[in-house]
Amino acid sequence: MNGLLTSGYFLLADQGADPKSSWAPIVLLILIAVGFAVVNIAASLIIGPSRTGPGKEQTYESGMVPIGDTRRRFNVRFYIVAMIFLVFDVEIVFLYPWAAIFAKGVAQKSGSDFGGGMLLVEMLIFVAILLVAYFYAWGKGVFRWD
Amino acid sequence: MPLATLISDVGAPSFMERVIFGHSPLPWQAALYDCVLVAAVFLPAVSLIAMFGIWWERKVAGHIQSRIGPNRVGPFGLLQSVADGLKLLLKEDLRPRDADPVLFRLAPYLAFTPAFAAFLVLPFAPDFTFEPRLNVGVFWVLAVLSVEVMGVILAGWASNNKWSVYGAMREACQMVSYEIPLGIAILVGVMAAGTLNMVKLGVLQSGGLHTWLIFRNPFTLLAFFVYFVASLASNKRAPFDLPESESELVAGFHTEYSGLRFSFFFFAEYAAMFVIGGIQTSLFLGGWNDPLGLIGYLHPRLAQAWAAHPSMTSGLWLFVLNCAAVGMFVLKCLSIVFVQMWLRWTLPRPRIDQVLYACIKVLLPLSCVLLLGAALWQLLVPEMALQPWAQYRPWNPGDWSAHGRLAAFVVQCVLAMVGAGAFMAVIGWVAYAWMTGRKIKQRLTDPAPIADGVPLAAVGA
Repeated sequence: MNGLLTSGYFLLADQGADPKSSWAPIVLLILIAVGFAVVNIAASLIIGPSRTGPGKEQTYESGMVPIGDTRRRFNVRFYIVAMIFLVFDVEIVFLYPWAAIFAKGVAQKSGSDFGGGMLLVEMLIFVAILLVAYFYAWGKGVFRWD
Repeated sequence: MPLATLISDVGAPSFMERVIFGHSPLPWQAALYDCVLVAAVFLPAVSLIAMFGIWWERKVAGHIQSRIGPNRVGPFGLLQSVADGLKLLLKEDLRPRDADPVLFRLAPYLAFTPAFAAFLVLPFAPDFTFEPRLNVGVFWVLAVLSVEVMGVILAGWASNNKWSVYGAMREACQMVSYEIPLGIAILVGVMAAGTLNMVKLGVLQSGGLHTWLIFRNPFTLLAFFVYFVASLASNKRAPFDLPESESELVAGFHTEYSGLRFSFFFFAEYAAMFVIGGIQTSLFLGGWNDPLGLIGYLHPRLAQAWAAHPSMTSGLWLFVLNCAAVGMFVLKCLSIVFVQMWLRWTLPRPRIDQVLYACIKVLLPLSCVLLLGAALWQLLVPEMALQPWAQYRPWNPGDWSAHGRLAAFVVQCVLAMVGAGAFMAVIGWVAYAWMTGRKIKQRLTDPAPIADGVPLAAVGA
C-alpha cells in the first residue's frame, strides 16, 4: 500500500508534513491578471469615443442638478458595527492555525493532555474573553438600530 | 528573497509538468509553463465561467419570471455575453468631474484581480490545480475575496455620487459583519479536515458520499448552510444585494461606471460566485470526488501505474480521469451557483439594519455554538481521518470497526442518507417547477389560448 503514496504530488502531500509553498506562480498570476485588465481598458480607451463635456461629466443624481456635497456625516451605527468586526475578525485569524492542528491533536491521544481536550480548553478560554466584549456591547445597546 | 530562489523553491512538480518536462523541470521551464498555463488556460477559462454565469443568470431569471431570456445571439443566446462585452469595449470611458481621478480608475482593478487570483487554488482535479502546494489555500481564497470588497467600497466612495456612497457604506458594513460567521463556518470544516491545503481536502474526502466533510458530523452539516448564507452576503448576492439595490440606489456603488470598467465589476461578481461555490464544494461537498468514490479509488492506482511506467497509455488514462474529476467539480460548483441565482429571483430584499443584526444576533452566536459543538464531537466520537482507499476501504464497516470508528461510520452514513434524500427532493422540486413552468409559458405565449380544449376566440372570450 505504501507504494501508492509515493506517486503523485497530492499523495506526497499526505505524508504528514505540509509541503513547501511556492508564491512565485501566485505573483505571476496576479501580474498577468492585472496586465489583462490594463490591456482591455487601454483597448477600450483607443477604440471607444471620447466626446466629453460639462453636462456629461456631471455627477448623476436622477437627472437633477446635484444638491450639496457627497462627503457628509454618516450614521454612527455603521462605525459601531465595524468596531464589533475588529473584535471577532482578529479572533478568527488566530483560530485558523488552531483548527488546522485540532484533528491531529485529537488523534494523538496522550494521557497528559486528555487527548486533545487541552486544545479545546485553550480555545474556550480564548473565545470566552472575546464573548465578554460581545455581551458587553449587546448590553450597552450597540445592536439596536434606533 | 532573490527571484531565482522563489521560482526554484517549488517542491514536487505537478503531473502536467512531469508529463511535459520529464521528472524535474528547470526553474525557467517551470516559470514558462506557469506563464503559458495562465495565459492559455486560466484567462480563457475564468472569462468563460464569468460570461457563462452572466448568461445563465439572465436565463434563470427569465424562466422564473415566465419569460424566455436571451435567445437571439447564438444558440440559446449563449453568445449574448460576448456581444455585450464587445459593445462595452466600444463604449466611452467616462469619469465624472467630481470623482477622485486615481481611486475611481483603480477600483475596477481591485475588484477584478482578486476574483481571478482566487481561482489559483481551486482544486479542479487531483492533478489540475494551478498551485497545489499552497498550504494556506482556504485562507488565501478568503483573503483575496476580502480585497475584492475593497474594490467595491473604493468604487462607491471615489465616485462622489450619493447613491454610490450609500452603496459603499452598506457594502462595508455588510462585508465586515458576515465575514465573521463565514470564517467560523469554514473553521468548522477545517477542524474536521485538519488541513488548509485544498488538494489535501479533496484527497481526504475521496471515499464516497459518507466521507464528504458535510456529512462528517451534524455540526459540519449545519456549518454548510451557515457558510452558504454568509457567502451570499459577503458576495453581495440577493437577498443581501443592498450595495447595489437597483430599486432604491439606481445602481449602488457602480452608478457612475460605464463601459469596460463597469463590466469588470460584473465579471468579478460572477467569478466570485463560482469561487465561493468552489470553496463550498472543496471544503464540504467532497471536491472533485463523485458520490461513489470511484475517482478517489482509481486515481492513486492510475497515478502509480503512470509513475512506474510513464507511457502514453497510462498518462492518457490519468488525464482522462482528471478530466472527469474537473467535470464533477464544475458540476457541483455550478449547482451551488444555480441555487444562488434561484434565491436572487425568489426572495425579497431586507432592510440594512435587519441584514446587519440578523448576522450579529443570530448567525454569530449560532456559528460559535457550531464551533464548540464540532470540537466536542470530534473529542467524543473518534473519526477516520486517514486517507480513504489507502489505509482502509471506506465502504466496508469492518475496516472502520477495526480502527474503532464504527460510531463515526454509522453517523456519517445516516447523515449522508439524509443529505442525499434532501438533494433528491430539491432536484424533484426543480424538475416539477420546470415542467409546470413550460406549460404556463405555453399558455401565455400561445396566440390562441386553449380553455378546456376549445380555443378562447371561439368561445368569445
